[in-house]
Amino acid sequence: MTVASDFAEPSEPFRIGMLFNDKRYRSYTLQVITIFVFMLVVGWLVDNVIDNFRELGKEFSISFLWQPASYDINQTLIDYTSRSPHWRAALVGILNTLLIAVLGCIAATILGVIIGVLRLSKNWLVAKLMTVYIESLRNVPVLLWILLASTAFSAILPSPRQAPTLLGGGFVPTNRGFYIPSLVWNEGSLPLAFLFIASLIGAWLFGRWARARQLATGEILPVFWIRLAIIIVPTLLLFFVLGRPIGLSLPELKGFNFQGGLFIRNSFMALWLALSLYTAAFIAENVRAGIQAISKGQTEAAYSLGLPPNRTTNLVILPQALRIIIPPLISQYLNLTKNSSLAIAVGYMDVTGTLGGITLNQTGKEMECILLLMLFYLAISLLISAVMNVYNNSVSLQER
Amino acid sequence: MKTKLLTLALSAAAFATVATGASAATLDDVKAKGFMMCGVSTGVPGFAFTDDNGDWQGFDPAVCRAVSAAIFGDSKAVKFTPTTGKTRFTALASGEVDMLARNTTETFSRDVDLKFTFAPVNYYDGQGFMVRKSLGVTSALNLSGATICIQTGTTTELNLADYFRANNMNYEPVPIETNAEAQEKYLANACDVYTTDASGLAATRAAFEKPDEHVLLPEIISKEPLAPLTRHGDDQWSDIVKWTINALINAEELGITAANADEMSKSSNSPDVKRILGTEGEYGAMLGLGKDWALNAIKAGGNYGEIYDRYIGPKTNIGLERGLNALWNKGGILYAAPIR
Amino acid sequence: MSNTNTPSTNSVRYVSTKVLPELPAPINTSGPIAWIRANLFATWRDTILTLLFGYFVIYALMALIPWAFLNSVWTADSLRGCRETIVGHSGACFSVVVSRFNQLNFGFYPSTLYWRPILAFVLMFVAFAPLLHENLPRKLLWFSAGYPLLAFWLLWGGSIAGPLMIIAMVVAAFLVGRAVSAAISPTIGLLAAFASMVIWLLFLQSPLTELFAGIIPIGLESVETSKFGGFLLTFIIGVTGIVVSLPIGIVLALGRKSDMPIVKMLCVGFIEFIRGVPLITLLFVASTLLNYFLPPGTNFDLVLRVVIMVTLFAAAYMAEVIRGGLAALPQGQYEAANALGLNYWQGTRLIILPQALKISIPGIVNTFIGLFKDTTLVSIVGLLDPIGIMNPIRSTPEWNGIVWELPIYIGLVFFIFCFTMSRYSMYFERKLDTGHRS
Repeated sequence: MTVASDFAEPSEPFRIGMLFNDKRYRSYTLQVITIFVFMLVVGWLVDNVIDNFRELGKEFSISFLWQPASYDINQTLIDYTSRSPHWRAALVGILNTLLIAVLGCIAATILGVIIGVLRLSKNWLVAKLMTVYIESLRNVPVLLWILLASTAFSAILPSPRQAPTLLGGGFVPTNRGFYIPSLVWNEGSLPLAFLFIASLIGAWLFGRWARARQLATGEILPVFWIRLAIIIVPTLLLFFVLGRPIGLSLPELKGFNFQGGLFIRNSFMALWLALSLYTAAFIAENVRAGIQAISKGQTEAAYSLGLPPNRTTNLVILPQALRIIIPPLISQYLNLTKNSSLAIAVGYMDVTGTLGGITLNQTGKEMECILLLMLFYLAISLLISAVMNVYNNSVSLQER
Repeated sequence: MKTKLLTLALSAAAFATVATGASAATLDDVKAKGFMMCGVSTGVPGFAFTDDNGDWQGFDPAVCRAVSAAIFGDSKAVKFTPTTGKTRFTALASGEVDMLARNTTETFSRDVDLKFTFAPVNYYDGQGFMVRKSLGVTSALNLSGATICIQTGTTTELNLADYFRANNMNYEPVPIETNAEAQEKYLANACDVYTTDASGLAATRAAFEKPDEHVLLPEIISKEPLAPLTRHGDDQWSDIVKWTINALINAEELGITAANADEMSKSSNSPDVKRILGTEGEYGAMLGLGKDWALNAIKAGGNYGEIYDRYIGPKTNIGLERGLNALWNKGGILYAAPIR
Repeated sequence: MSNTNTPSTNSVRYVSTKVLPELPAPINTSGPIAWIRANLFATWRDTILTLLFGYFVIYALMALIPWAFLNSVWTADSLRGCRETIVGHSGACFSVVVSRFNQLNFGFYPSTLYWRPILAFVLMFVAFAPLLHENLPRKLLWFSAGYPLLAFWLLWGGSIAGPLMIIAMVVAAFLVGRAVSAAISPTIGLLAAFASMVIWLLFLQSPLTELFAGIIPIGLESVETSKFGGFLLTFIIGVTGIVVSLPIGIVLALGRKSDMPIVKMLCVGFIEFIRGVPLITLLFVASTLLNYFLPPGTNFDLVLRVVIMVTLFAAAYMAEVIRGGLAALPQGQYEAANALGLNYWQGTRLIILPQALKISIPGIVNTFIGLFKDTTLVSIVGLLDPIGIMNPIRSTPEWNGIVWELPIYIGLVFFIFCFTMSRYSMYFERKLDTGHRS
């Protein structure tokens, strides 16, 4: 490379044309033009907003968030009355969104994995039914499924007065929602809770110890059963020793509705069911693709090493399949969270229903409400994407 | 390849039928366009619905048709835009529609804060409750603990929250987007009570298979003066809407109907009738319209009473009695300013 | 075993000297019984599953078939009529679908002009054909390029001058672009072409159209956007969204791969923003905010505003699909383009994009399926797409109280279209696969 100096940049004098033709300057020119056009467009948009606001006599302010909301919300995870401010209504909505998103993701994952595995079943009927399920769910808009689920609940289930009480009075399905027993925390439940948490930690420590022992001695303990015993037995003993401090509250029909117990509204159930069933169909396809991507040789190799089938699945197939399944799985979680904004169609009061719905209608602050709404979803999405990136990095590090 | 893609991109941009002029003289714009744009609801039995041909019919569209007839002499020069509770005010503010006839309650904040001008009230309503007879409820004060279906985006949910709070009762709100959905939920007994404007309740009840099994409770918990509205800042346009409605009400008072309007304009000696029908004075010109503006408006769908009877009156299957909406000299509070 | 040709009868006693005739396989290893055993009752777990699922299928069919087929009514003129026909048992009232069939499909489009959307729909397949099928004459691509204008003219009507002026604009922009890129640089040429189109649209389009509309008296009866509804609207929003988002998506994808930090940052910001928020919030922007971002007094109808937002939405997803296609190309392709002395735009246009787009077609079709389904969300902002039009239909005195029949019809139509497209995309994917191996 000694001749490299021969190709040193020629020291031509600078000409205007070089801004466009010379590779050294061109990218700067283009970027300057881009940023200029971008600023121009943004400036134009902002200027229009200011003009429009002036013409309509509006002003941009989020002070309305501290005014009383004046409307009631049915499902509130935190204290809320119609006298609470708008920001609290928005917070109630945010929590409801997060609730449906988390529960929806859990249900969709469980269903999706089962369906994905069943679709690969050798049983013709099962495999075909799962295909029918996946195709029919995936190819119809999720909004239609949500509406259908909501209609199904209100049209098929009985009204509270005719509702059967199942499972010894514990479970009441009505066309307004499902009543299930709720826990009542009496005196003495605090130590019980502490003990339960302590047993969980104990079970985890035991798992570590058993693994270390297996590595050292090669002996395999029945870890699962011992862990189960560590978690359940002490808590159960203390439960009876303290005289059953945690009780159940059962739903009872009083007046118009059932009282007591936990009330899960149909708007929630319909949205939850439709979102999880819909997303499960996509997850099932991801799971199937993940499993099919693992070559058969892996299973055969594991068998030839003498691993039994369930350990083959746990130690060889799943870790590899998961690496393929998890990235699309997380983007399905993202989709589910975004689709939960369709709650507005069935009257579930998520953040789109409170901040982007009633608050927007009552205050007439479209700009502020919708910007805040977008900001919230954007934050959630970026958070999930960040988690995904961390995961992807951790997986790719293990590749050699 | 690239030019083709650009073609695709820009031909779509060219689809933009950009129309200007939401602000200043709405009447001039409307005349230039040859039609007016009217916002209605997406569907309330009797008040706004589409017939088999896709034409909007009902009590609310009839007002728009009357205004269109007053301007153009043609009741069909209207473009209807269905709006939801959320989109209606933006649609009007942004000039997407020229007037809104969508059973909208006149309130202080809508007038002053959202900057709209309300025309005279064309339907006096109030929020009521409908329950099943079998529940044995006789008063709204017995409704504590009930599950209540409400349409969102309206004043209804605010009234309800205030009423129950004032009476120290609790309830379970079930927010619902459309009347059809609310009806479905109520009939399936997914809510004990359906609350909305009493007119809407009556209209909904009339469509039930067995209307007798349902009862409207006596309490009316709010005042809901429903009126068409226009943007602030264009008084001429607001006046046209205002006086068209006044003309329709006055016409009923004077006995002018769609059928006899032409004849009365020639034969009547009453100065009131002559002023309305344009055979005396220059009232049309003052509005920037033709002499026969009110005559056309009346001929479009009849006077107020005729419109009422056609879409929501006792003889329709909606079956609303006139009640408050009768003329002032017939026991109601409908009292239109005179045209003079 | 080495001398099998000469069987020795001495050393081995029990070997047949002739080939035995083939016997049919045992009854339990072939034929339907064997199939049932192998596929339905192989193990006890399979047996339980089969019985469980079989019971479920039979139960569901027993409930569904009488309702949907045996007892259903197709000809009544109102719900009351249906109820009078089916007294005593439950049955579907599909009469509502029959009586409002046109409204569900075309919205309030004038019934005498139905041939126009139908023709546009049929021609759409012709326009898409050369993009999806390789062995069709390439000249058809010209038709594909002109199709958007033709469809626009067919659907909205009006004078033919408008579409013709758009063609004139493209030609003019092409000429300007070529002249400028020859004089200065290809990138600036592209910008100049783009700028000339914007100028044309802003200042020349409407006067020229009016001028030529007077000269050429050919035109169709114009139809207002507010008359559009039903599946017609679904297709307009979906197809426009996907077609227009393709070029934007390409630009964004190229921008995201660009080595210019500012361009890259803007593209990434746009893509992540759009992908991070739900479509419904963008539709809220279309229905309530978009007018604030335009000069006071500007106003165009909701369908167009929704199309704009849907296009931006689709463009972000499209960009990701195309980025995948670009990433799948081996680095050597880029280097080869450079080595041939092609500049950036030449290399991109002639070498990179054709290959990347081809790889991306299944992804593009999947994006389209997603977008097609997502168009139903426009009902929430008050447009009368199939789901939106259910409400006015259910508000009429005749059909007040109808529940299941309309969503079933709508779901079925969506299923047919989406399923067909997804099968096609899978078929195409397989075809591409073999193409790479050979």
